[in-house]
Amino acid sequence: MIMSNVLILADHDGGKISKTAAELASLGKRAGSVTAVVLAPASQGDALAAQLSNTEVEKVVLVESDDFARHGIPALVDALAQIVGAENPNAVLIPSTAKGKEVAGRLAIRIGGGVITDAVDVNSDLGATQSVFGGSFTVSSKVKTGTPVITVRPSSVEATATSTTAVIEKLSLTIADSAKLVTITGTQPAAKGGRPELTEAKIVISGGRGTNGDFSQVEAMADLLGAAVGASRAATDAGWYPHTHQVGQTGKTVSPQLYVACGISGAIQHRAGMQTSKTIVAINKDPEAPIFDLADFGVVGDLFAVLPQAREAISSKRG
Amino acid sequence: MKIAICVKQVPDSWAEKKMVNGVLDRESVDAVLNDLDEYAIEEALRIVEPLNEGKESPEHTITLISMGPDRATEAIRKGLSMGADDAVLLTDAALAGSDAIATSKVLAEVIKSGGFDLVFCGTESTDARMSVVPAMLAERLGWAQLTFAGSVKVDGAAKRVEIARMTESGVENMSASFPCVISVIEKINEPRYPSFKGIMAAKKKTIANKSLADISISANEVGSAGAWSVVESAQARPPREKGVKIEDSGDAGTKLADYLAEKRLV
Ligand SMILES: Cc1cc2nc3c(=O)[nH]c(=O)nc-3n(C[C@H](O)[C@H](O)[C@H](O)COP(=O)(O)OP(=O)(O)OC[C@H]3O[C@@H](n4cnc5c(N)ncnc54)[C@H](O)[C@@H]3O)c2cc1C
Ligand SMILES: Nc1ncnc2c1ncn2[C@@H]1O[C@H](COP(=O)(O)O)[C@@H](O)[C@H]1O
Repeated sequence: MIMSNVLILADHDGGKISKTAAELASLGKRAGSVTAVVLAPASQGDALAAQLSNTEVEKVVLVESDDFARHGIPALVDALAQIVGAENPNAVLIPSTAKGKEVAGRLAIRIGGGVITDAVDVNSDLGATQSVFGGSFTVSSKVKTGTPVITVRPSSVEATATSTTAVIEKLSLTIADSAKLVTITGTQPAAKGGRPELTEAKIVISGGRGTNGDFSQVEAMADLLGAAVGASRAATDAGWYPHTHQVGQTGKTVSPQLYVACGISGAIQHRAGMQTSKTIVAINKDPEAPIFDLADFGVVGDLFAVLPQAREAISSKRG
Repeated sequence: MKIAICVKQVPDSWAEKKMVNGVLDRESVDAVLNDLDEYAIEEALRIVEPLNEGKESPEHTITLISMGPDRATEAIRKGLSMGADDAVLLTDAALAGSDAIATSKVLAEVIKSGGFDLVFCGTESTDARMSVVPAMLAERLGWAQLTFAGSVKVDGAAKRVEIARMTESGVENMSASFPCVISVIEKINEPRYPSFKGIMAAKKKTIANKSLADISISANEVGSAGAWSVVESAQARPPREKGVKIEDSGDAGTKLADYLAEKRLV
């Protein structure tokens, strides 16, 4: 078998390389050797590239330029396309986030390759597995024209660790004026808080309209279990919780070990974002709520009574 | 100002979807206007309506553009009854099975011939759920990409647009000069229901039917034949095993804790 070379986009935020980089590297390793592209702000590249040690990345192509933060996605695509031209990889893997998917779509057109989004797995032949229609179907797909561009959902695979240190290659390139049509004038990063990120968390506790705007019980349970907090659209639309926490069709897709839906009816658009979770628990007053069709363990009851009692019982079990 | 809005007819997002031979079974569910495109129509209406107020014939217009089968006219009529002025429907037997690469190519050709200043889109079609077509359009047209907008401000005189891009990573304020491709998220507004007057008026509005020949794209570049990726197999996920459901009689919290402990989840 001929060894492939797989290019991955190592995304970063606030000076930290995203966890997705190590995950993409593990998938790329199945097909061959892995080169990571780091598109960094001026003079922050080394610190970012260093964070890729102990992953499956063998080489880092590092570009430092303030154009990325100033002009956004088209500037990232312009740099990536130039790197693809030089490295001639067998595939490009990108995190399946809103940004990642847009980068992938534009890159695919630029380099003349087919694109697959929202993969949950990539095999050694660079075929992808996707979970579609809110997880009700599993599809195997393959790019048949040009260099495949595949976006992979965060936390779909466990990253493998190595003891290798990647070779860092600094590259200076010019971003075309045609990639500078948009100017970014300000950013407000999503409030991080102390809790894990929704798509990375092993446990997600979500609240809906049934919380009536009081997320304190949902948050207390999340903190006890080290979980992330999710919300239904009814809760984010009401302004009870930030939209970045919305789970569902127009929010995030999560697939944790445990998903606890509190005061959420289970509309099809909500289920689309959580129904591939391993274990699903639902707490709802209404015995007819559709969420119970999915639940491994359903409690017909008031979340304001059930959650505090469960918390106490869990704490006393832990001793 | 000339605005185009890309609208798609999709299977009703409230219905369960099925796959037959690796493609979405579109026959078994109702076809509707993509929910998320209604927000794009509403936002464009809010931009042009104040500008057209009191004018005899509207100087600022909204054209809906759709690629889809004949029955997509139903979805288009809904958009026209909300207040868009006219529409272009691109239909061709060769388009069946088109991927986002082909869809964006077709839409871009239609847009190029229309002399538009702005193109609005939804953030995703509820069937394909790729959220890539707007970015692909910006790439193909060489226009500014202002996507995932939670708010849009258009300055017609200066020909500039400002948006707040809202995604999982937070909010970014960005601006660009015309022409722009804008996609809007579902938090941006509350789409209106078509009024009776709007529905009656829509019956007289023009839907121009076009085929691939009209935009000089050949059949082998699109559809299943031209797709750059293929579905090799599709399997229905096995149904979830039926779980337990308990009625709270004062100890459900404790029972929940027991269940989680037994499953080693806590
Ligand atoms: C285009 C489109 C996209 C959408 N995208 C999303 C999306 O991404 N995510 C999403 O979540 N929704 C989405 N929706 C909305 C979706 O259709 C539902 O409206 C929404 O999920 C309902 O939220 P909910 O379950 O919190 O509220 P409701 O449906 O009102 O349910 C509240 C539930 O709480 C229960 N309850 C009330 N009080 C208590 C209590 N004290 N204890 C226990 N239970 C209680 C009630 O019995 C009820 O079942 C979308 C809709 C559209 C049209
Ligand atoms: N066939 C189509 N016809 C018109 N507009 C489309 C079509 N497909 C996608 N779009 C537009 O692109 C947006 C994103 O779709 P998608 O990338 O398929 O998730 C939609 O909300 C529409 O505005």
